[in-house]
Amino acid sequence: MRVCVVARLSNIMAEYLKVNPDYQDRVKELFENDTKPEITLEFEIEEHDFINSGKGSAELKLTIKRLGVDPAIMRRIAIAAYEAEINIAAHSRGGAMRSNIFPDYVHIVFKDMGPGIDDLEQAMTPGFSTAIDLVREMGFGAGLGLPNIERNADIMKLDSEKNKSTQLDVIVFFQ
Amino acid sequence: MTLRELAVKLEGEILTPDVNLDTEVPCAFSSDLISDILMCTKESTLLLTGLTNPQVIRLSDMIDLVGIIFVRGKKPNAELIEMAVERGLPLISTSNTMYMSSGILYHAGLRSCKIK
Ligand SMILES: Nc1ncnc2c1ncn2[C@@H]1O[C@H](COP(=O)(O)OP(=O)(O)O)[C@@H](O)[C@H]1O
Ligand SMILES: [Mg+2]
Repeated sequence: MRVCVVARLSNIMAEYLKVNPDYQDRVKELFENDTKPEITLEFEIEEHDFINSGKGSAELKLTIKRLGVDPAIMRRIAIAAYEAEINIAAHSRGGAMRSNIFPDYVHIVFKDMGPGIDDLEQAMTPGFSTAIDLVREMGFGAGLGLPNIERNADIMKLDSEKNKSTQLDVIVFFQ
Repeated sequence: MTLRELAVKLEGEILTPDVNLDTEVPCAFSSDLISDILMCTKESTLLLTGLTNPQVIRLSDMIDLVGIIFVRGKKPNAELIEMAVERGLPLISTSNTMYMSSGILYHAGLRSCKIK
């Protein structure tokens, strides 16, 4: 899978984009898609709420299962979504996930209320983590969440800056 | 080896007596890192862990766990056990350490789950 960086502001990357080459030609269309999804699911994620975080991903997985999506693909969707949900709970002031399910793919948008990511390249590095002890004690903070999302997504777009909200887009095709 | 047999080998306490313990366990993975567990379990897997927070049960909504062994005498609270029962997920607690528990099961023929 190829990684391409589409935007660089001074030395700081403002957007990190990873695209499975099979879908390279569709990226623009996918992000400009204004057709109505078949199903939309929405979940709020609160800061440090490790009781409810993950419910959104579990619900998304169940919904996709009912559509008859291949178990291996279902698993990739669940893992990417779960890591992203946990990141909102662990590292942000809270946010939401919205899953738009289309006939042949799912597009999940995670948006939080900041504080944003200083250095995207560093955040994407396996092993890098700023997780606090509370988060580490729960088994998170290995610095493998974003790399895990990248591995499981066909398209991943991470958009953030220091003192801004973070938006993560994850797209996975059903075929 | 079934979960029931494996619980005996670990001198474990079964925390979910009403959940089926007679299914064959194909393979196992030991870890206290959630991202590692997500990354490494691609098949139906028994998990050995020291984590006892609700996210360890939430994990089983994402990946295919056949059961969880809590090592080094760790015992989850009643709420967490209830979450597992709702999902039909067997839980066992053992006083053996992660290293000992893994060794005992490996020696008894339980293979490691495929990580690639
Ligand atoms: N939504 C977010 N808001 C702010 N920072 C984030 C967010 N998601 C990830 N990060 C930053 O990126 C780092 C790496 O994330 P990740 O790879 O998931 O590892 P981990 O969550 O284990 O720290 C985090 O430690 C954090 O500094
Ligand atoms: Mg993370």
